[in-house]
Amino acid sequence: MDQEQINKEMKAWEQTALKRVLDKTAERETVFTTESGIPVKRLYTPLDLPEADYNRDLGYPGEYPYTRGVYPTMYRGRLWTMRNYAGFGTAEDTNKRFRYLLEQGMPGLSVAFDLPTQVGYDSDHPMSEGAVGRVGVAVDTLADMEIIFNDIPLDRVSTSMTINSPATVLLAMYIAVGEKQGVPKEKLMGTTQNDILKEFIARGTYIFPPEPSLKLTMDVIEYCYRHVPKWNTLSITGYHFREAGANAIQELAFTLADAILYIENALERGLGVDDFAPRLSYSLSCHRDLFEEVAKYRAARRMFAKIVKERFQAKNPKSCLFRTYSGSCGSTLMPQQPQNNIVRIAMHALMGILGGHQAIHTACWDEGYAIPTQDSARLALRTQQILAHESGLCNTIDPLAGSYYVEALTDEIEKRTLEYLNKIDEMGGMLKAIENGFVFREIQESSVEFQRKVDSGEKVIVGLNKFVMPEEEDVEQQDIFEYDQRIEKTQQEKLAQVKANRDAKQVDQALRELDSAIDQNENLMPYIIDAVRSYASLGEICGVMRQKWGEYSPPIYI
Amino acid sequence: MRKQKTRILIAKVGLDSHDRGAKIVARTLRDAGLEVIYTGIRQSVDQVIRAVVQEDVDLLGLSFLAGDHMVLVPKVIQGLKEKGKAEIPVLVGGIILKRHVQELAKIGVKKVFLPGTPLVEIVNYIQENVSPPS
Repeated sequence: MDQEQINKEMKAWEQTALKRVLDKTAERETVFTTESGIPVKRLYTPLDLPEADYNRDLGYPGEYPYTRGVYPTMYRGRLWTMRNYAGFGTAEDTNKRFRYLLEQGMPGLSVAFDLPTQVGYDSDHPMSEGAVGRVGVAVDTLADMEIIFNDIPLDRVSTSMTINSPATVLLAMYIAVGEKQGVPKEKLMGTTQNDILKEFIARGTYIFPPEPSLKLTMDVIEYCYRHVPKWNTLSITGYHFREAGANAIQELAFTLADAILYIENALERGLGVDDFAPRLSYSLSCHRDLFEEVAKYRAARRMFAKIVKERFQAKNPKSCLFRTYSGSCGSTLMPQQPQNNIVRIAMHALMGILGGHQAIHTACWDEGYAIPTQDSARLALRTQQILAHESGLCNTIDPLAGSYYVEALTDEIEKRTLEYLNKIDEMGGMLKAIENGFVFREIQESSVEFQRKVDSGEKVIVGLNKFVMPEEEDVEQQDIFEYDQRIEKTQQEKLAQVKANRDAKQVDQALRELDSAIDQNENLMPYIIDAVRSYASLGEICGVMRQKWGEYSPPIYI
Repeated sequence: MRKQKTRILIAKVGLDSHDRGAKIVARTLRDAGLEVIYTGIRQSVDQVIRAVVQEDVDLLGLSFLAGDHMVLVPKVIQGLKEKGKAEIPVLVGGIILKRHVQELAKIGVKKVFLPGTPLVEIVNYIQENVSPPS
């Protein structure tokens, strides 16, 4: 049917059947929008895709521009990796939880580190007080990492580590654990998040100023290119922009702008784009609006492929793959009527699967206020397993493609994201856009807008501003995970013991060599690996770098 | 008369970097006509106490989302006492378990705002309970 004919019939429908109803009953809203404020029409038809060119815009899975997926068979060939984020307390606690999750059929690990580890402090640093082993596992030395991965074969399990500023150190420890298990680094599989830019912008666990921070990111990329070929060196992450308040378009735009900056930096190192781009991975959020999120993932794949091919002249198709590890936005989970979160998390998994991610994280329903219990961690995994095996979702690739709405939304998100990217280019790139406050202000304004809509009831959150239970009935869960305050002392004692038993001379020498490697502007990975082998602590290693580079202090926008 | 407006310090103490809430509250209070200073993330207890003294604020708001409030709030309250600032009302917001609210009140926290509190409630509370020195 041609467009003209459709147009004619639609006009007729609007003036008759539709009009009759609207004359009697208004719709629920005067304007419908997506979560990110894109206007949503009553009905989408072929008229919304006047320029559509199937082969050019959508193509085929595993082929440029990858809109429909990065691999030819997608979930028909292999399901995504169910990779739920876990880690708490001591290395022993985390090892136990990991082994439990592996026994329950979770194929990949994702390590949560405690805040001192994330900012390069040992457990006995004054700023670590109250935070040791609280939101993740405490790692001071290689001894802790050896315990975390005890009886977990590193040549068979892949591990994603949410670590950024000190990513070099944790990767070095992982390599050293592999050595002790007899697994050469060439065989190690996993990911270091290693995405420092989003720490400056949104997540906050930065240590050093931008320039040396980027150097460390690049050291991992370069070292792994030469020595750890199966490692995903950098996971460029939009998730935290969203959690800080960004909308879907800002999330995607800032992720792609970060990717461009990292690629430019690696090229300046003298690497070719096809040397390192195939080992980059990406992470986006699963928020509230299912169609907008799926459209975001599809637009992301298409836009990224174009950028890498056209802007950076990549020749290897693998360089163009926007491979993703995505999952539940914690900010969508509520402590009110917390079991409602089970449904929200299932929605996150659903949008992740419909979006074609390579790995998916589902949060735990009690995560809005506590470290998940073993039961809630199992339920989060079961949620993915049920969708994978009972729903028929995985029988065909990119099942929402061809929906007039989803395709129109995919195009619209691409268009709006491109406007941001052009603006950032005009400013002189992402580093400038961060330094001049543009990125901070954009996120802050969206965050304020979101909150205003929640407070006014315009944005409904069930159990919070609608369908609220009386406070005395909405009782707090009793059997939540309780942080054990004694962990801090135990961990400090363990660190003291490691320090007492190690060869102090070897440690000193390793740290001195690291110090001079910094002066020589060498790739620091080999020096950091030597240091962790000697059981130098994370705090000692980061201390050498703090001494040289100083610490970052961000601008503040409210 | 040294000042007209209520001066408020919003602070993030400890290593937790989640400050979406702190910034929203700071912004809202500023828009409501109060004078607001936000410390930024990852402040030590000493840094926060120093800011209270130096900025001569009328109110301290602390935000916690990483569960370390039961360790850090008592230290802040103690620090205020030591600097002769015990009269400064301390408000706490963020992810706080209901079971901790009473304990926090016991050690001197004037009010705890739990997750989901509409911003207007915070503004109203401050306008009704904390008046600028005249």
